[in-house]
Amino acid sequence: MSKSEKVVTSEYKTQNNKNEKNLKMWSAAWAVSMAIAAFAPKYVWAFDTLITIIAVVISLGIGFGMLLSNRRYLRGLDEMQQKILFDAMGLSLGVGLVVGLTYELLEDIKLITFEPEIAHLVIIMCLTYFVGMISGHRKFQ
Amino acid sequence: MKNRLKVLRAERDWTQAQLASALDVSRQTINAIEKGKFDPSLPLAFKAARLFKMSIEDIFQDEVSEEI
Repeated sequence: MSKSEKVVTSEYKTQNNKNEKNLKMWSAAWAVSMAIAAFAPKYVWAFDTLITIIAVVISLGIGFGMLLSNRRYLRGLDEMQQKILFDAMGLSLGVGLVVGLTYELLEDIKLITFEPEIAHLVIIMCLTYFVGMISGHRKFQ
Repeated sequence: MKNRLKVLRAERDWTQAQLASALDVSRQTINAIEKGKFDPSLPLAFKAARLFKMSIEDIFQDEVSEEI
């Protein structure tokens, strides 16, 4: 191995890019299937029960496909990248649990008048995850 | 934990990317190990030892045991 070798062919990098691309495809497919399951019953097939059940089952199946793809992606990362990701996921889960339960409590104790939305919790968890990822990368930079 | 990864790599005129490729990890991980910000696992340390044809102790040193 010499410094003059311009192209560094890394099996790790190639496999990682492949796994990442695969995960992005599954995630996009899942987002589309969720949108179809959420909006199509009202706007496309007028709440036809059978078609709606099929759409939900397909969305669920694609969701599990995405989970498997995510598992493959995680296992393909090296140990430091895994640590950064697991730390971020742990932080996101912890914050999601604490904030989610508190948020739900706010309505019960009449501190808010609107009904808590799961989407708000997902946004909080996503933001926490990204903060965790950025701080993890900075920590080991 | 201290290590001589940067020195050993420089002696062989390897880039971080080349060492990362040889050890099957990312370049960022090599950088973090060299800077002492990340301690590699035992399997990765053995892999590095095999690559440099040295013992693990010749590459990685425990700072605590040195102080004692």
